[in-house]
Amino acid sequence: MTAEPTATHNDPAAAVLRRAHALVADYGMAPVKSWKDQHKGALAVGHLPIYTPRVLLEAIGVLPVAIYGAGDKDIIRGDSYFQSYICHIPRSTIELGLTGMLDSLDGMIFPAICDVIRNLSGMWQMLFPQKWAAYLDLPQNFRPEVGGRFYKLELKRMARELHERGAQALTDEGLRAAIKDENLRRAALDKLAALRRDASWRVPASEAYLVTRAGGAISAREHAALVEEFVAAANKRTGQLKDNVRVVMVGSFCEQPPFGLIKSLERAGCDIVSDDLQLGLDYMEGMIDEKDDPLDAVVNAFLYQGKATASRYIGEGTKGAALLEQVKRAKADGVIFAAASFCDPALLDQPMLEAACEGAGVPFTSFKYAENTGQFQVIREQAGAFSDAVRLWESAA
Amino acid sequence: MSLVNITPKKGDGKSIKAGAGPSEGSAITVPVTKDASQQRQKRMIANHFDKLSTAKEDGKKVAYTFVPGNLTELMGAFEMLPVLPEINALQSGMRGKSGAYISEAERGGHSEDVCSYVKCDIGMLRSGNVGPTGKTLPSPDLLLLSYTGCFTFMKWFELLKAEYNCPVVMLHVPYQADGIITPEMRQYVIDQLKSDVIPQMEQITGKKLNLDKLAEQLARSRRAEDALVKVWESAKNRPSPIDGYFGGVYYIGPIFSAFRGSEDAVAYYEELLAEVNDRIKTGEGPMTPAGVMSNQKYRLVVEGPPSWTHFNEFWNMFSNEGAIAVASTYTRVGGLYDQGFRHDPQDPLGTLADYCLGCYTNRSLPSRIDLLEKYIKSYSADGFLINSVKSCNSFSAGQLMILRELEKRTGVPGAFVESDLVDPRYFGKANIENRLQSYLQMLEARRNGNIAASGSSPVVIGSAP
Repeated sequence: MTAEPTATHNDPAAAVLRRAHALVADYGMAPVKSWKDQHKGALAVGHLPIYTPRVLLEAIGVLPVAIYGAGDKDIIRGDSYFQSYICHIPRSTIELGLTGMLDSLDGMIFPAICDVIRNLSGMWQMLFPQKWAAYLDLPQNFRPEVGGRFYKLELKRMARELHERGAQALTDEGLRAAIKDENLRRAALDKLAALRRDASWRVPASEAYLVTRAGGAISAREHAALVEEFVAAANKRTGQLKDNVRVVMVGSFCEQPPFGLIKSLERAGCDIVSDDLQLGLDYMEGMIDEKDDPLDAVVNAFLYQGKATASRYIGEGTKGAALLEQVKRAKADGVIFAAASFCDPALLDQPMLEAACEGAGVPFTSFKYAENTGQFQVIREQAGAFSDAVRLWESAA
Repeated sequence: MSLVNITPKKGDGKSIKAGAGPSEGSAITVPVTKDASQQRQKRMIANHFDKLSTAKEDGKKVAYTFVPGNLTELMGAFEMLPVLPEINALQSGMRGKSGAYISEAERGGHSEDVCSYVKCDIGMLRSGNVGPTGKTLPSPDLLLLSYTGCFTFMKWFELLKAEYNCPVVMLHVPYQADGIITPEMRQYVIDQLKSDVIPQMEQITGKKLNLDKLAEQLARSRRAEDALVKVWESAKNRPSPIDGYFGGVYYIGPIFSAFRGSEDAVAYYEELLAEVNDRIKTGEGPMTPAGVMSNQKYRLVVEGPPSWTHFNEFWNMFSNEGAIAVASTYTRVGGLYDQGFRHDPQDPLGTLADYCLGCYTNRSLPSRIDLLEKYIKSYSADGFLINSVKSCNSFSAGQLMILRELEKRTGVPGAFVESDLVDPRYFGKANIENRLQSYLQMLEARRNGNIAASGSSPVVIGSAP
């Protein structure tokens, strides 16, 4: 994540984009250090991508910090921990840990994404025994009295363990306040998503990505304000609709593609109007109930409102239905499947999602990347050809 | 490298070439016979596949499920017939069919990056779903998704769900991230058995669960487990009467698949144990593809699954050099009985939960290292080898750390080779063989005092071409 925002000085969104960029620079650790200076003795806890209940952490006064690996940083020590056929994010995360980049963190949460991240939790316990490390087993049973009960106990366990290490105790009041803040973020992200759908020329996907990812190491309330400011500024942009194809991009929910790759897709004529790049910050459909028992509300939001993704069991649901709904809602012309190399969840999901697209007549293309991919020309050409083909199909239709 | 003494055994078995690797100058032909227990197992398997082939006519319900955390006794109580796609895949690998099946799946859009078991199974399905005995496998009445120790299982059955019009029931087994089974984890599994798994089985079979019948199954499992543990521990003898990895995969066949809880399984394990005890008395080693292996120069512990496409070649690389596996972790994926677990007929659902939670790949990485360390020490191993398979991140992610940590803790040097489960493209025979030979030479030099014994011994890294 090194590319500077390209907005010009007279762009109404330039200032907020610069702030967003500063928040994601230094692997998100700059705001963590600043926050810890302002909150003496408080804990900051990192978490791997997809879903972690950040709201719980905020409720006990802990700063949740999203960790996305090390992007294009050179990996030296991390590579020695993993075979060549394992994805890049665990090795770069270990690199960050071993080189002291994550020293500001008091702990790490490894949510249930895949076997690699799961095993990484054990490696972390051994590499950093002085730090708190927890594997978060998100339930795959969505009955409230079964999976919900288990999840609630998991959340209480995490809160208790962090309290023993200096976090505040979990209280209903604290959690209610955190839910309100999280809902502010939810509402702001919904506005951003609507703007992308309705006026994509005002919000390139790369900027939406930057502004969303900027929330990784700040509170939900601060992030909500940042996103609202960006949406307001983007709405002031003049500009006009380009002859681009509208695409949904999926499969990039964990290891993130290089920023330059997203820009390359834009330059290839693809308006990415919806994606799963920052799923962890945007996992819920709708708001968390503010009237219910707050812990039940957090649990129920996961059980009933979690977005369909590869690491979430779909039960008797129809695979691909959620993607087709996403395409429809975004008024997209096609889908780009962009998965990290060796990403089991995304790559095992992909044939089923492709079949759903084929069945619905939604054109798609696919490629793989690594977070440190440096050459985008081939992908750009592929995306350009896809964009042209979609336009031709539309013309023919 | 010299050939190890391989003693031909009397019998009417087929003749094979001893040692197929490049290290042997003059291959000898020896007759190999199967032990009585092996012949029994073969009959059991044939009988099971016969039952599967007529399941629909016989009104039997068929459940597809996985090896780790399988609910065989529960299926037995409902008289359901299990089909294990992993076993089908490894059988395809051993029969030389997996390469074509994988290609078929990849032509259908499956990535080269993902688990070859899954692709082999999908390819086999699309090629007629013919099982290892040449008979067509029945379609499932239930996909019993025991989500134990492997994320890919979930995706695998989502893929199969798209192929079959049958229900799927998920049993989510929490991961032992801190190396312990908590009461909450156990209760979660029991709750799912009660709320989801058993009602679904009752609906499909039209029968209510008979807890007495389940308890009888569990009591028989316990007897078989007792015998199997004695078989594993026999490898503490010198020479070891078993090979705990290559031979071990045959020993786990009945208990990890369709037979746990059956009288057949009890008979098999009691017969196997008697044969092993006989070998201890006579000082005889185990049967290998190249004959009886009594001259054992190196005792190794092995981590990771075998490469099924080159199973005998891989085994020969060991036996040609006098290397015997005294313990392995792959043979514990379907239950860590040697660590004390037994199915308990007094607590049928609780014991099923404990079983699912306790499987090897459901244990945290630190617990896996503890277990390997225990094996290296208690089996007096000279070394350990990690066969890192590309397909299985559940096993493989973290194995390089396992290697380092074990060397540090035990002072025993380790070797590391890479291959795959059933994708023949990832088995570099010459490369692996060279690495293994170099490693064993290093052990020999170390034994002779030419290399200082320390945790900083050379590490052998082999990789697929």
